[in-house]
Amino acid sequence: MRVRPRLASFSALAVLAVSLAACGSSGDDKTLTLYSGRIEPILGTALEQYEAASGGFEIKARYGDSPSLAATIVEEGKNSPADLFFAQDAGSLDAVEKQGLLLKLPADLLAKVPKDFQSTTGAWVGTTGRARVIAYGEKVKASELPDSPLELTEAKWKGRVGWAPTNASMQGYITALRLVEGEDVAKEWLRGMVANDTQVYDSNIPVRDAIAKGEIDLGLLNHYYVAEAQAEDADYPVKVHFPPKDLGSLVNVAGVGILASTENKAQALQFVRQMLSTETQRYFADSSKEYPVIAGVPPPKELTPLSKIPSPKIDLAKLGDLQGTLKLMRETGAL
Amino acid sequence: MDAAAGGALWRRRLPSAARVFGTRRPPLVLLGLGLVIGLAAALPGLYLVVAVLDDTSGAVDAVMTSRTLGLITRSLGLAAAVTVAAIAIAVPLAWLTVRSDLPGRRAWATLATLPLVIPSYIGAYLFVSAFGPRGALADLLGVRLPSIYGFTGAFLVLTLFTYPLVLIPLRSALRRMDPSLEEAARVMGRSPAEVFRTVVLPQLTPAIGAGAVLVALYTLSDFGAVSIMRFNSFTRDIYVAYQSGFGRTEAAALGMVLVIVMLVLFAVYARVRAARALHRTTPGTPRPAAPVALGRWRWPALAFCSVIVGVALVLPVGVLGYWATKQISSGLEMGALATNAGHSLLAAACAALAAGLAAIAVALLSVRYPSYVSRIVERVGYAGYALPGIVVALALVFFTTRVALPLYQTLAVLVFALAIHYLPLAVSPISASLLQVPPRLEEAARGLGRSPMAVFRTITTPLVTSGVLGGAALVFLHALKELPATLLLAPIGFDTLATDVWRQTSFGFFEASAIPALLLLLIAAPPLYLLSAKGSVGT
Repeated sequence: MRVRPRLASFSALAVLAVSLAACGSSGDDKTLTLYSGRIEPILGTALEQYEAASGGFEIKARYGDSPSLAATIVEEGKNSPADLFFAQDAGSLDAVEKQGLLLKLPADLLAKVPKDFQSTTGAWVGTTGRARVIAYGEKVKASELPDSPLELTEAKWKGRVGWAPTNASMQGYITALRLVEGEDVAKEWLRGMVANDTQVYDSNIPVRDAIAKGEIDLGLLNHYYVAEAQAEDADYPVKVHFPPKDLGSLVNVAGVGILASTENKAQALQFVRQMLSTETQRYFADSSKEYPVIAGVPPPKELTPLSKIPSPKIDLAKLGDLQGTLKLMRETGAL
Repeated sequence: MDAAAGGALWRRRLPSAARVFGTRRPPLVLLGLGLVIGLAAALPGLYLVVAVLDDTSGAVDAVMTSRTLGLITRSLGLAAAVTVAAIAIAVPLAWLTVRSDLPGRRAWATLATLPLVIPSYIGAYLFVSAFGPRGALADLLGVRLPSIYGFTGAFLVLTLFTYPLVLIPLRSALRRMDPSLEEAARVMGRSPAEVFRTVVLPQLTPAIGAGAVLVALYTLSDFGAVSIMRFNSFTRDIYVAYQSGFGRTEAAALGMVLVIVMLVLFAVYARVRAARALHRTTPGTPRPAAPVALGRWRWPALAFCSVIVGVALVLPVGVLGYWATKQISSGLEMGALATNAGHSLLAAACAALAAGLAAIAVALLSVRYPSYVSRIVERVGYAGYALPGIVVALALVFFTTRVALPLYQTLAVLVFALAIHYLPLAVSPISASLLQVPPRLEEAARGLGRSPMAVFRTITTPLVTSGVLGGAALVFLHALKELPATLLLAPIGFDTLATDVWRQTSFGFFEASAIPALLLLLIAAPPLYLLSAKGSVGT
């Protein structure tokens, strides 16, 4: 009998679906599932360090951008297959924590990291820090550099500055500005930036590249984007300036939290411990040129030490109030 | 209003069974299939409803601003401009590669379709590198070029990478067109130009309309090009809402507005497509058209094809190739690339198969058995396409984790997501080809005692094959480069070429993304070539 082609393809599809479902759900006894907003080149070695120390546990990592992964975890709710969430910014962790989806971490773990670099409720902990800086190109003399990002609204910088208003770190900075200097100052500054023809980019890297190409002269960035490029090319035409005044160089963190729905709590905790170990902290400092967060591991030597960075005291957890920032940015045309 | 009048109004509004299910009853199997597919395609929309109902007042606040209106206007403006430009490029290209004796027309047809495979964010990045104020061209000329950021850049990039969406259905419509109509018009004394305007163009309108809707919706839902070109569109705003405020409600409310805009657009398209006979009504079968000799017009025609293919394909591929050679010298992970390519191929092929089969049912329902039900099923399908990928992905996260947890993050769900996201890409060419098949043929076969299934298999299927293949190919090409759903829904470790490109570019290694991007093009080329080979005159 001749098999109908449509019937055949339908049954083939059904068989495929069932077999795929079967292999998708098998054997997760000795694996930890990690949702990671940090990409594999930064995180890979740290994961290997954990696997080596864990006695046979394996990490299965799903990579994506932090906010999308946070949104995914929120939609998954208590059915999330993830054990751990590693995010690029405090805001993403905060969004998941607000839904009550993160486990409170033990006090001895939290004690290893400065209070500024963890959630106020202890539901997540920072793993590395980065400073918001002003990057500048070759046409700018060191003496001209502004003391504060607030000066970037001055006429002499018209059209010469780049920023990435959709970037989480940029928005974190604006949230901090609102908290420290007040809504009015923040609003005024955003208006000024827009009026001053500040060039808009998609993310930090295009801002850096635009400075290198001479499209713009200054840019608001996280320090490590420049540090990385400098590590590859000693003559990289972009330098970093830590503005001493106002919110100068806010330090923000990447961090990790454990999902409340995990069935591998002990292992997940061990993972967080590993991320805060001397070994892994050293690796982060060396490879991605970020600031380590535990005592006893020095920052990369080409960076200004954290203690010398004039950074305001801010409760990073409050940076989660991005809704207000978003609203302000839209009102002022920054978004 | 008194009760009686109210009752009368109610009775009048109440649709009769004939209007709901149509005057021609579809076979129950078909109707059932259509409803299941419609429900599947409705999932992203349902998710938006769920999210909006969570916080209705927040949703209303998010939408009811002057900003929303501005964004919609900007997005629609961009969509309109891109659509018009895409048609302007596709119509001559289609005619030249199907109906003329243009040298190498099969090759031109393949080359001119390939830009569709270049992910718009890569395309946009390449354009900025080439034509940006400090790009390669500026370096070469030693001047600072005017900025291409904003509308200009987004318009250029989206036009060049979406016009194949019009070209493909248009070429298959031209292929199926019965030349005797034109010949009759010529014999009656019409000039070639008049024939084109009065006979050819009306027959092509459904295909152009179908492609135009796809281009417009693609433009509305694109994120990659507008974000790199810094054009503040509606979809960019939806992404920003997801990315910065985790404003689920807000993003969902904005998504709903997009769906409504899409429905309006679609109503316009339905008018264009409004039922009319596009097939011959006299006995006989169409015979292939004789190619038109271009004569000395061959040179401008070749120049036109060269310019389009040059800018939309050769330039991007050239830059990618240049980057790739730099990468190759620093070593390649062949094994990983091959695995990723295999994954891309598998997911895209499954999605194309699933969407292709589903689309046959949807198209049959809407073209052969027009009714409320079939119209709703078809339009619901378009909603999945008009929505940004992240919304489709999150909708499936939401439903799968609640209803089908064991299937969550398996290939099956990824394929399902891709199929419902790109369903209209397959429906529209199939509908267009069905419109050109005389129902008389099917009716005759039924009259002679064939069962509906047999008629479908022996009459309808062979006649719409090119439409089905074209539709499946479109889904395949889009699924190859799809990113947001693949990132969130693929099994862990199921890396594809598109996620590889993403990983490299998200870290600023644009040059390292060249090899996976080129591989995407390479995988896409054979099906496109087969399609265009089938399409040349005389086969």
